[in-house]
Amino acid sequence: MHKLLLKGGRVVDPQAGEIFAADILIVDGRITAIGPGLEPGEGAVMDVAGKLVAPGLIDMHVHFREPGFEAKETIASGSRAAARGGFTAVACMPNTNPVADNRAVITYIKTRAEEAGLVKVYPIAALTRGSRGEELTEMADLKEAGAVALSDDGHPVASAAVMRRAMQYARMVGLPVISHCEEPTLSAGGVMHEGYMSTVLGLPGIPAAAEEIMVARDIILSEYTGCPLHIAHVSTSGSVRLIREAKARGVPVTAEVTPHHFTLTDRAVADYNTSTKVNPPLRTEEDVAALKEALADGTIDVIATDHAPHTLEEKDVEYQLAPFGLVGLETALGLVWTELVVPGVLSPVEAIRKLTVNPARILGLQEGVLKVGADADITIIDPELMEVVDPATFASKGRNTPFSGRRLQGLPVATIVKGRVVYNRDLAVIA
Amino acid sequence: MMNWKRKDILGLQNLSAEEIGLILDTAVPMKEILGRAIKKVPTLRGRTVVTLFYEPSTRTRTSFELAAKYLSADSVNLSASTSSVVKGETLKDTARTLVAMGADVVVLRHPMAGAPNLLASTIPAAVINAGDGAHEHPTQALLDMFTVREKMGQLAGLNVAIIGDILHSRVARSNIWGFTKMGARVRICGPATMIPPEIEAMGVYVCTRMEEALDGADVVMMLRIQLERQQQGLFPSIREYARLFGLNRKRLALARPGALVMHPGPMNRGVEISPEVADGVNAVINEQVTNGVAVRMALLYLLGGGGMPDA
Repeated sequence: MHKLLLKGGRVVDPQAGEIFAADILIVDGRITAIGPGLEPGEGAVMDVAGKLVAPGLIDMHVHFREPGFEAKETIASGSRAAARGGFTAVACMPNTNPVADNRAVITYIKTRAEEAGLVKVYPIAALTRGSRGEELTEMADLKEAGAVALSDDGHPVASAAVMRRAMQYARMVGLPVISHCEEPTLSAGGVMHEGYMSTVLGLPGIPAAAEEIMVARDIILSEYTGCPLHIAHVSTSGSVRLIREAKARGVPVTAEVTPHHFTLTDRAVADYNTSTKVNPPLRTEEDVAALKEALADGTIDVIATDHAPHTLEEKDVEYQLAPFGLVGLETALGLVWTELVVPGVLSPVEAIRKLTVNPARILGLQEGVLKVGADADITIIDPELMEVVDPATFASKGRNTPFSGRRLQGLPVATIVKGRVVYNRDLAVIA
Repeated sequence: MMNWKRKDILGLQNLSAEEIGLILDTAVPMKEILGRAIKKVPTLRGRTVVTLFYEPSTRTRTSFELAAKYLSADSVNLSASTSSVVKGETLKDTARTLVAMGADVVVLRHPMAGAPNLLASTIPAAVINAGDGAHEHPTQALLDMFTVREKMGQLAGLNVAIIGDILHSRVARSNIWGFTKMGARVRICGPATMIPPEIEAMGVYVCTRMEEALDGADVVMMLRIQLERQQQGLFPSIREYARLFGLNRKRLALARPGALVMHPGPMNRGVEISPEVADGVNAVINEQVTNGVAVRMALLYLLGGGGMPDA
């Protein structure tokens, strides 16, 4: 029997909206008791005094690049990055090579994740074959194989007719559709937000309208088909307005925002640093303010990273030639705390909710809560701990972060998956 | 007089009025050299200038090359197609190679905005931006300002109209920064589809009626319209473009008497500018070319270590 007692922490219950002092006893990977003054018996004790003990964080939007782009990231290296970032589970996007549009690739991803043996990896399957936006994937088979959602992330479905059929079919199968909203004829050639900065820098812009048109279209289709729709990486105030209005009307729509979109603006592109090249692009002050407001009022349900690793040489080129994407797993919690919790945009419980129960609910997962009988997936957070971001310390293969040198407060100090400590910064464990 | 401190010239956005003034002042004696029977001084003897052009260009490349030769620098000219950049050696590697061969100044023309910034942060050699995408073309703006200052005596208080495809124009952007820093008022004018968003915040007045742009202008700067923009759906036809945004004698009469007509070249005669205006008394288009050599000599002098003991 394997026992671990988390002693002296403050337990976060995002469902009840409470934080209370309690110990947690883990036996053979499951939580067996939550309460004050627990004794370990024969087991080990982890001293978590002064720390927050939260349900394991879930990142519902990562790119682990395997199969096909293992130089950027593998499922193993991505899993290490997740563990180091305090995440116990991730959902990975299907834009691999081959695309995760069939049972074999979904099975491969799950197998590789089990071999890595660190965090839970939930595959998201493609919505259309090859993510080409033409024919539907075998959604029922993909669900059976373990896919938790459907998305053509990065290759938005241009045809409204295809999207409509995909949503009808996905609803029947019982999988949510995650939409990367981008009207491709409006965004074509663009590399950053279209506005004053793109004008000054002379870089082709991606207007906010490119995102908002697709958000509007997909909301309308969700309403029409009844299919649950999750809007990935919302970046504009207009999208926020559309989602808020749709939710008020009862459309089954949810939404996520990334830490970089609520932290940075297009001003960060000023020196052509390719780590700021991301899709959707970094927007304006006004958009950042709208995203924070939407986080606070619940319009945005989830914080997800869109972790998108690339190799050094791919990013070490002219801005227009660099691929889109930045790594996010190992800076996410620090940014949530520094940018949202410390300034009072979100309470600690609200922040944790958007990283646990909310993504779990959208994906239909059991995880995201701390309760007796559940898997012991737990993230220990030190809300006071400060650190300057140093990409050289990342477990991810990707170093493409715009946050290098930024001081963050509120960091994960230990990550526990099914009772096993997969990351421990410096907490004492007495056997 | 202030001393020159910068390693590179990447754009005019970050130059002060004082620095721009120094460059223009330095170009005055350079222009005098160009008027001599023997157009050569030993100032940059032993220095090497490489022009690295990833876009076809005759005028700017030749201008830099001659500027280097008149100052006795060795100059080498390297042209590459962008496809080779995409497929093969990166810009940074190419630049490192040039430095390893002893380049002191690299003059870069590149279709992508920000390429000179990337280069400047990679190599110890001085980098001069000879045009990067739709970002900046500082030497063109400097020669434009030099020309206007020479003709008008000063830049402050002048009304400068820049007309045409502002969206894709690095010349427009550099001139906006340069002229506004020197105290001129800049208006821009073009089809609504070719006015980049929020450009007002650069300190310019925006209009889409040419008559408004020309009203009382001291300087009229026409931009080259690339004919393929029509196929991209940015304007309906060359015919309509010429009708709305072409400079002819009748329209020019709206500007101040003696207003200067400028064009960075190459011109589409009969489209953005009528031949009678291009060859008329107001046009300073050929002098722009001459002044381009003088201004580039000034920059090579300032960046290339001119004024060293062996000068």
